Formats: sequence, C-alpha cells, structure tokens
Amino acid sequence: MATETTAAEVAGAAHEAGSAGMPQLDFSTFPNQIFWLVVTLVVIYFILTRISLPRIGAVLAERKGTMTNDLAAAEELKQKAVAAEQAYNDALARARVEAAKIVAEARAEIQKDLDKATAKADVEISAKAAESEKRIAEIRAGAIEAVTAVAKDTAKELVSALGGKADAASVNAAVAARLKG
Amino acid sequence: MAGEAHSEGGLAFHPLDQFKIHPLFGEGPIQWYTPTNVTLWMALAVLCVIGLFVLGTRGRAVIPSRVQSVAELAYGFVYKMVEDVTGHDGVKYFPYIFTVFLFILFSNFLGLIPGSFTTTSHIAVTAILGFGVFIAVTLLGFVLHGAHFLGLFWMKDAPLVLRPIIAVIELISYFVRPVSHSIRLAGNIMAGHAVMKVFAAFAPMILISTIGVVVTPVSVLAITAIYGLEVLVAFIQAYVFTILTCVYLKDALHPGH
Repeated sequence: MATETTAAEVAGAAHEAGSAGMPQLDFSTFPNQIFWLVVTLVVIYFILTRISLPRIGAVLAERKGTMTNDLAAAEELKQKAVAAEQAYNDALARARVEAAKIVAEARAEIQKDLDKATAKADVEISAKAAESEKRIAEIRAGAIEAVTAVAKDTAKELVSALGGKADAASVNAAVAARLKG
Repeated sequence: MAGEAHSEGGLAFHPLDQFKIHPLFGEGPIQWYTPTNVTLWMALAVLCVIGLFVLGTRGRAVIPSRVQSVAELAYGFVYKMVEDVTGHDGVKYFPYIFTVFLFILFSNFLGLIPGSFTTTSHIAVTAILGFGVFIAVTLLGFVLHGAHFLGLFWMKDAPLVLRPIIAVIELISYFVRPVSHSIRLAGNIMAGHAVMKVFAAFAPMILISTIGVVVTPVSVLAITAIYGLEVLVAFIQAYVFTILTCVYLKDALHPGH
C-alpha cells in the first residue's frame, strides 16, 4: 500500500513539474531577471571602479614602494657593514704590524741588556778566578814550606834518635838537596 | 492531492522548484521591475562585494588584515589572469572582467546556502553575461582593427585551398562561443543543485519504508559529496567564465594570433 501511494505521488509530482516546465525556460520572467542583472552589474562595477580597485591598487603600490625602499636601505646598510668590516680588518692588520715592531724592539733591548750583563759577569768571573788561582798558589807555596820545615824537623829528630849528633845546618842542607831531587 | 500525500509522509520530488522566480512582496504577475527573489539574491551578492572590497579594505593597511588580504588575493588573481592571457594592453578592461568574475563567484557561493536561490542557474542571466562579453568583444575588435579583425577567421598559415573551409568553421565556432559560454555556467550550476535536491528528496525514505535504512544514509552521504563537488564547481565555473572572457578579449585585441 505504502509503495503504491509513493509511486502515485512520484508520478503526480513528475506530472506537475512537467506541466510547469523548467523555470529557466519561463520567458515571462526574463525581462525581470535581465533588468536586475544589469542593475547588479552596474552597481558592482561602480563600487569596484570608484572605491575598491583604486584603493587596492594604491595599497599594492605603496607596499611595493615600501619594499623597494626597505630593500634599498638594507643594501645600503650592507655596504656600510662591508666598509666597517674592511676598516676593522685594516686596523687589525696595522695593530698586528705595530705589535710585531714593538716585540722586535723589546727583544733587541733585552738582548742588549743581556749582552751587557753577560759581559760584566764574565769580567767578574775572570777576576774571581784569577784571585782564586793566586790564593791556590799561595796555599801551595805555604804547603811546600811547611813540608820542608816538617822534613827538616823530622830528619833532625831521626838523626838524634839514631844517636847521631844533629848538625842543624848540614841536616837542613841534606833535606833541601833531597827535596830538590 | 499533493497536500494529502505530504501529510501521509510520501516522498516529494520537486528538484526544479528551487529555481522558481516569485515576487518578494505579495502575489501577481512579474513585471520587469518587480522585486523578486532574483533581486534579493543579486542584492546579497552586491552586499558581499561591498563587505569584502569596501569594508574589508577600509584599513588600507600596508600589512593587510585577513579580509583585506583576501580582497587583494582576488584582485591579484584576476589581474594576473587578465595580464597573462590578454597581454599588457588588456589590463584596462580588468574592471569589467573583475565585475563579471565577482558577480558569478558570489552568486555561485550564495546559491550553495541551503534554501537559497541561485541566480547563475538561470539561462537568462548567464546568456546576458555571455552575449554581453561576445558583443563587447566583437565590437571592440572591429573598433580597434576595422576589417583586419576578420583576419581572425582567415588562417594565413593554412594552405590556400583549405582557407575558406577553415574560415567557415572558425566563423561557426565564433558564433557558438556565447552559447557555450552561457550554457556551460547555467547548466553546471543547475544540474548540481537539481541532483542535490533529488538526493534530498530520497533522504526521508526511512520514515515511510524499511528500505530507508539503506537509502537514507546513502542519500545523506551523496548530498554531502555532491555539496563538496558543488563548492569546487562554484569556483571553477567562475574561473572558467572569466578566463574564457580573457581569451575572447585577446582575440579582439590581437586578431593576428
């Protein structure tokens, strides 16, 4: 039953639509549509040309100008930065040369001082060495005398102990002769 | 009869009712000046244009607001299209082309609001748009180039024997242009809306029959899918209409190819 009524309803609706036809082909409404379409298009056209398009065009041009200016400014700043870097490098190189010069000077001065001190020290050392040599020679001479005296005394004692008569002069001469030998 | 069936919960197929034109106030015959639903939805399109292009851009900001950047995007999109297709000397016709583009775009999208009326689904509207472009472009061609405009139909590259035949074919295709131009738009929009309405009519099947358990979800899914397609079509048809307008304009500006 339900399907029957549905089918009938569908058929009825289809018939109704068919008798009415497509609203698109109802020519009596055409003048109305065309009139309002033309009004709408003219209104949109005037809104666009009077207000919107100049406005958007101006905004886009302004944006482009701002961007160009900003880019130019950036380029300029970049040039400045390059120049500053160049100046910095120059200053650095100059400072380096200066420093090298100062180092060389200081080294030369120190070398001079060092040479002077070395020379002085050499002189002192040689003086000390000469003095020491003299002293050693003195000590050595003193030692030989002492040995001679001891030898003479010992010889005298030996001679007297052996029962001889110690003639001081002859003993001394004998010892001296012996020492020379 | 129909009223009775409605109270019983039957299916109602009126896929073309959405295209009916009726007076906004009262009943009576539709005169050329009568405010109708056509008037209403065209006025809404104008309001959309005002909202986007007048209110949206009133800040004139170098760094745009969201709405302003959309307006600038649309401007740049169509401007570039006109410049690319017609060359530099076509740019002075940009306001006309932009007007047509915005009208079609907003009409198509307003028509996607459920229960709305789609002005671009009517052949009367699209025919005026299409023939308007056709007549304007043809007149422009003759004004700019005089009789040389007819060189558009006389292929100098083709062999001499073939030239008259090609000229006839070119002439026919030239006069078919406005017809295809306008029927393409109205046909696409109307077909999509009618199909959606048919699926919508099947959707309440679950109320009258157990087969509705299958039919109703399928209908709802189909409506959703076709609505998505129609969103795409709404933009693409506006784009196609505009770019074809640019192509025809290019023929008028440079008939020598």
